[in-house]
Amino acid sequence: MMSISSFYRSSVGCKVVMALTGLGLVGFLCAHLAGNLLVFKGPEAMNHYARSLRDYLPILWVLRVGLVGMFMLHIASAIRLTQLNRKARPVEYAKKKNVQSTISSRTMMLSGTVVLSFVLYHLAHLTFRWTHPEFQELGDFDVYQMLVMSFHSPYVAFFYCLSILLLMSHLHHGIVSLFQSLGLYHGGLQLVIRMAGAGLSVLLAAGFLSIPTAIFCGWIGL
Amino acid sequence: MKVRLHVWRQPSSNAPGKMVQYDAPNISPAMSFLEMLDLVNEGLVEKGEEPIAFDHDCREGICGTCSLMINGVAHGPSEATTTCQLHMRSFRDGEDIYIEPWRAQAFPVLRDLVTDRSSFDRIMQAGGFVSVNTGGVPDANAIPISKVDADSAMDAAACIGCGACVAACKNASAMLFVSAKVSHLALLPQGQVEGSMRAKAMVAQMDQEGFGACTNTKECEAVCPKEISVSSIARLNREFLKASVESR
Repeated sequence: MMSISSFYRSSVGCKVVMALTGLGLVGFLCAHLAGNLLVFKGPEAMNHYARSLRDYLPILWVLRVGLVGMFMLHIASAIRLTQLNRKARPVEYAKKKNVQSTISSRTMMLSGTVVLSFVLYHLAHLTFRWTHPEFQELGDFDVYQMLVMSFHSPYVAFFYCLSILLLMSHLHHGIVSLFQSLGLYHGGLQLVIRMAGAGLSVLLAAGFLSIPTAIFCGWIGL
Repeated sequence: MKVRLHVWRQPSSNAPGKMVQYDAPNISPAMSFLEMLDLVNEGLVEKGEEPIAFDHDCREGICGTCSLMINGVAHGPSEATTTCQLHMRSFRDGEDIYIEPWRAQAFPVLRDLVTDRSSFDRIMQAGGFVSVNTGGVPDANAIPISKVDADSAMDAAACIGCGACVAACKNASAMLFVSAKVSHLALLPQGQVEGSMRAKAMVAQMDQEGFGACTNTKECEAVCPKEISVSSIARLNREFLKASVESR
């Protein structure tokens, strides 16, 4: 058996780490969206959900540590591989045409960086409440009110929508790519994985975008 | 027809290079791309200038020696075609044609359009072989191989090692080449002896040569003159994962 360090040092092993952490993060996105969509059931449902997460504190902490770990590994691997890839072509072409690669596959670093900056803002905004000190007065579990108030700011809404669209682009390539890196993208599975990747990335984006849309249209409010 | 060429000229591996413009009048559409270059070179020699150096050998599309990035596409605009099998009828009269060498850290330019692709040879030496006992010649077809496996192995074995996959990849990754070689041998019973070490050894050598990592953009598949599919990269990843958990 290969040691973990030599596995990670190999470009193929590093891609496997990217794929597995990416898969985990997609799983988190699905769970996160399911929680967020409770906003359509009203303040009680959403705040009850936020409160009841704390009932399972040890499990919550395991998930949090796992999530942060996956995030860090995903980012560290991306930086490492990008450095490697840049070094592999020191002189650029005077003329280069892309024949069949998609824009989303060529801009993973860009879409990933914007999504990361959104995640950091998101934590400072709602989790640590640094950017909105007035949230401190709302009490711990008025997630519903924080969410609705936040989307009344056009800047927040714009940044959120932009990040979600880039997240969709990131997932559109990422989901299919992770199966390829794990060696599972072959034969009859190819069509299924491609459809699932495109479908899931659009569904997740549509779900996340539905919340600011509903607030903008006044379907949900304070 | 006439075309205007923009060619990368570089006197030696350490000297700086630049794009130089050449007009090529009196080109027949029936000429191959390399014949067109031969004609331009004759003109240069007559003028007492240094001819453009480029790699070529069989000119039948089977040896993998010719290369050239033509208008930003490895082996030019025709699908599943090597540069030597590309014809001037694929271009418009009066077209500007950019000709550059393969660009990769692991393929250093030796002169003009000629690159050193011996990194591929070293990857092959690391694991692209099978053990064969010496002795009498074995009976043909003595080892049963399923039609499906034989066909897939044959598809992968079509790789001529030209390096177009590396040239087209934004990361200069050699994964399509390595995966074709690994797939070809992993699918056949003769390749099982080195099975567990092959993927590991070839990937390690590939990394050591300074090729980039695969980001699954599939540009390689689009330019491969032998139409090697990226599903062989999935097979290489599987083989690598299998080898990395095996006890040997």
